[in-house]
Amino acid sequence: MLTLIVRRLMHAIVVLWVVSVLVFAATEVLPGDVAIAIMGQNATPEALEAIRDRLGLHRPAPVRYVEWLGGLITGDLGISLANSLPGLEMKVSELIAERIDDTVRLAGLAALVSVPLSVLLGLIAAMTAGSRIDRTIQGATLCSLSVPEYFVAAILVMILAVQLRWFPVISSFRTGQTFWQMVPAMVLPVVTLTISVMAHMTRMTRAAVLNVLASPYIEMAILKGVGRSRIILLHALPNALAPIFNVIALNLAYMISGVVIVETVFNFPGMANLMVGAVSVRDIPLVQACAMIFCTAYVGLNLTADLLSIVVNPRLRHPR
Amino acid sequence: MTALLEIDDLWVEGRPPGGDFQSIVKGVSLSVNRGEVLALIGESGSGKSTICLAALAYARPGCRFAGGKVLLEGQDILALEAEDRRPLRGAKVAYVAQSAAAAFNPALTIGRQVTEVARTHGLMSAADADRRAVETYRSLDLPMPEQLGRLYPHQVSGGQLQRLMAAMAVSCDPMLLLLDEPTTALDVTTQIEVLTAFKAVIKQHNSAAIYVTHDLSVVAQIADRIIVLNDGMIMEQGTTQQIVEQPTHDYTKKLMMAVRPPPRSTAGGGTARTDPSASTAPVLEVRGITAGYGRVKKKIVLRDVDLTVNSRQVVGVIGESGCGKSTLARVISGLLPQVSGEIVHNGTVLAPAVEKRSKSEIQSIQIVFQMADVALNPRQRIRDIIGRPLEFYMNMGAAARRERVGELLELVELPREFATRFPKELSGGEKQRVNLARALAAEPDVILCDEVASSLDTVVGAAIIELLKDLQEKLGVAYVFISHDLSTVASFADEIMVLYAGRVVERGPTMDVLSPPFHPYTRLLLSSVPEIRQGWLEDVMKTREAISGISREVELTEVGCPFFARCPLAIVGTCDTLPAPLQQTKVGHLVACHRDIEDLAGEIIQH
Amino acid sequence: MTIDAQVPSPVRVDKSRGSGFQTAAWIAFTVLLFWMLVALFAPLIAPYGQGELLSDDSFALAGDVGLLGGDYLGRDILTRVVYGAQMTLGLAAIITVIGFAVGIALGFLAAVSGGIVDTVLSRSIDAVMAFPSIMLALIVIASLGTSLEVLVLTIAAIEATRVFRVSRALAMDIGVMDFVEVARARGEGLWWIMRREIFPNATGPLAAEVGIRFTYAILFISALSFLGLGVQPPNADWGSMVRENLQGLLFGSFAPLIPAAAIATVTFSINLIVDWFLHKSNRDISDEILQ
Repeated sequence: MLTLIVRRLMHAIVVLWVVSVLVFAATEVLPGDVAIAIMGQNATPEALEAIRDRLGLHRPAPVRYVEWLGGLITGDLGISLANSLPGLEMKVSELIAERIDDTVRLAGLAALVSVPLSVLLGLIAAMTAGSRIDRTIQGATLCSLSVPEYFVAAILVMILAVQLRWFPVISSFRTGQTFWQMVPAMVLPVVTLTISVMAHMTRMTRAAVLNVLASPYIEMAILKGVGRSRIILLHALPNALAPIFNVIALNLAYMISGVVIVETVFNFPGMANLMVGAVSVRDIPLVQACAMIFCTAYVGLNLTADLLSIVVNPRLRHPR
Repeated sequence: MTALLEIDDLWVEGRPPGGDFQSIVKGVSLSVNRGEVLALIGESGSGKSTICLAALAYARPGCRFAGGKVLLEGQDILALEAEDRRPLRGAKVAYVAQSAAAAFNPALTIGRQVTEVARTHGLMSAADADRRAVETYRSLDLPMPEQLGRLYPHQVSGGQLQRLMAAMAVSCDPMLLLLDEPTTALDVTTQIEVLTAFKAVIKQHNSAAIYVTHDLSVVAQIADRIIVLNDGMIMEQGTTQQIVEQPTHDYTKKLMMAVRPPPRSTAGGGTARTDPSASTAPVLEVRGITAGYGRVKKKIVLRDVDLTVNSRQVVGVIGESGCGKSTLARVISGLLPQVSGEIVHNGTVLAPAVEKRSKSEIQSIQIVFQMADVALNPRQRIRDIIGRPLEFYMNMGAAARRERVGELLELVELPREFATRFPKELSGGEKQRVNLARALAAEPDVILCDEVASSLDTVVGAAIIELLKDLQEKLGVAYVFISHDLSTVASFADEIMVLYAGRVVERGPTMDVLSPPFHPYTRLLLSSVPEIRQGWLEDVMKTREAISGISREVELTEVGCPFFARCPLAIVGTCDTLPAPLQQTKVGHLVACHRDIEDLAGEIIQH
Repeated sequence: MTIDAQVPSPVRVDKSRGSGFQTAAWIAFTVLLFWMLVALFAPLIAPYGQGELLSDDSFALAGDVGLLGGDYLGRDILTRVVYGAQMTLGLAAIITVIGFAVGIALGFLAAVSGGIVDTVLSRSIDAVMAFPSIMLALIVIASLGTSLEVLVLTIAAIEATRVFRVSRALAMDIGVMDFVEVARARGEGLWWIMRREIFPNATGPLAAEVGIRFTYAILFISALSFLGLGVQPPNADWGSMVRENLQGLLFGSFAPLIPAAAIATVTFSINLIVDWFLHKSNRDISDEILQ
């Protein structure tokens, strides 16, 4: 089993490296003049040259890649082009540092709420398959699956913020606030994110558990006279753990996309919002850094799920 | 005295997905007394498993009880509520499934599952249940009884798992054991060990048992009474002796015939040797084939195999699971290129991979697979399935194809109307006939039959074999007939090749190889084929073969004779280090063994 | 002896599922058909021009301006929704077609060829899938801008990776069936095997996948538009409409909810149909477990 884990770790590192290459290639090697993007169409040729010189755009791509990669690892994420003025340069790492906490808090809270709830609902739905409870759950998840996050957000804002005035419409944070002071502003974004992630997770959990329930050893347990709750908890669940872990990882990764939308709707001062802004003004170093951070999280989540599946599988724990 | 189990006019209906309810069991009545073993014999679809499960008051998903009573110790268990059925399951009536691998939960330890019934029904304390389990393991001859409980199902062998199922079933001393085809999926040699174990267990606990199977010879070893089922109804019932020696119903007689097919009138000699018109040049030669699977480091499954097939000859390839016989078929047809060796067809050496062979080369060697269900594309009509080779090899036009497809269907004894049907509308036997027709369409010199009758019901499979024999007489095509069923091969083949762990251990004309058998493995195989006679099992278990050879598993070895670990005549130091030399008894009969032929012959006489 | 009294019949479970499902599926079909017609005949149906200003006020009330009211600039929402249908559904359709064509071709090829071809293709696709899809889109847009071509091709490429996975898995499942071996043994070429042996057996699951991918395409493109990185004004597209009119919520206008609701009805209907389609071919769950 140890070799399997090590192999999986190596695989993840290779994937991360490939991702870094792709991120770099996509942003710096694809057509689209960075200099023009920054200075605008009307910049003088001298100004454009000056920018190109400063950014070192004349050097060959592989060299620039290695430099950039080195910077990433050491923590030097470059200069934000959009937020800097000549002489007053803003470091990307500072920009991110301001915001990363909030995004993590948002995602973390959403995960904390959605994961246990979804697994529970999925289990209940599978256990009562075909019943009214199951159909209700299926219907509800289908609804929220189909609905884009901004719709959910908009409805929630409409009802809870505008009409009822329970929560602020725009999440405004002031520096120096404690966690509890920030909570009211965070409720709506967290709820929105939770709802959309829960839909997928619940359905997939239900499918995974049903799949296990259809296995022949479950029938054997019935024929041995084992009771229903015992079958679900002791026979089915251990086998469903691996697929459920996969489902959770998949959905937490999906949450990354959700975070982007939610932050935009609520003008939440998080990293995703920062990145979207960077994309629209072509602030390449910022885009690259944010992309790498999000992708690392994504790869990390998948890795965790895989590792957990390995650990949970007795066939891999005790090889023949 | 009331019977232990009494089934009274039972009707069970089942519904295929998307279809209507149909009767699976139609008014069956039977009874089982204490300490009695009742066998339910029938083919698939006869309802025997469903009846078995009814004794647990359980109907599979999609099935429902439509009438009748099931009285266990006088009480109608079908009338019980769901909660009340649970206490009897596992405790009073225990079920042993066909596949142990499917019945055990891979995520739980063996011990947990074996003692589960005792613990959930509150019949014993956990410690007592564990202790009893260890005793049961010991009595079933399982290795490491103390530690066995802590292992996971994937850590033990198939045969051991089957016996563990028996241990699980008897853990609470049930009054009635339901054994649902427990030995069907096993090799002949493994079957013996498991059968013996079950018989011992039944005797020990003096439980009643219902044994479900389609194999008459297995049943003769273990049952007191037999019930023959067909299509959900009872055809005949009686004591084992009655049924086995004097079957009265036609269906029973058919079953008996199918189990022991009579040898061909030409006494296994075939037309090849006596027919002067047959050419002497072999139509197919396999020379020194070594083959295996895997991309980088190959796992060698066949080692140095030689085979010669003359025109119009039937060569049988015998072996058990893992011996490489299916691999041989794939190598010959080019689906699996060999690592070394040659395949020669009519004097021309064939390219190892089918992609590199010419159309006419491919055309002359056709292969028929075992599973007819998946060998036919469900989205194509029969006429397209059979017609494609005609189009592909012979560029036949549409009209000519239609006519020829009709002819081929007649040849395999199917009505011409089948041409417009889809595979799912055909039965298993009919699908296999279409498979055959497709191979014949190419008008090949050799047909490779890879276990063509093995997944069919006994009666249906026997009919397919008969068809093969007829076609051989009519068309003069040669067969390489691969099977694990010794009696079928013996009745059909001119020559036999015995494979063990990828190596040829014996080869020659059928009669020479089988009577008397020289090689120790051939002897083991022959003695493992159950005879329809009571008491055979006990006799066999006493033979030397059984004592040394039966309980082990097939190992693929790199050096020495692969049979070394199981051979009663093995010579330590020679047999495990040097490959066995091929010795000739007489022309055309080869035996691979370190022992001299005279010694082997002597062994036979001693027996 | 009555039947139903004995065991909870599977029939009971199925029927109740069946009829509810049936009516829901029919409603879904109707909704879908409605929107498809709207998208196809948009210019004929829309009461006003796409950019026509009808009022000076933002968020004019329904009835004053048009059937559904005015947007933040004073344009008719109904018109914009109709044109938005054409844009959003049209783009999603193109994306799905391209994604499927590429995905199926590559997926089948990888499954049937095996060996190095499969390894190279699978690893490359894995690399692309290492990105959360929205990240990838954002990165590409950062470099290439937001033209419709870039949008369509990027999303189609992302969809193609998912379709590749699914069709490869399907082709592998089908490929191990003996009838494919039989074709190989006959000497049939790769292309023939993919087309005649594998594909006809994959149509069922692939059809369901088409539905799912289409909804993802809709959600994706409208999400990008919502972020301001998708379809650019003045073109009408449901996602960007939500974005433009979001402020309306503060003034009590329903403006942003209308296009969002349109998206919701389309994706919900498709999901329902796909569910119904998949359920048709599945077995019942064991009642024993329910007991």
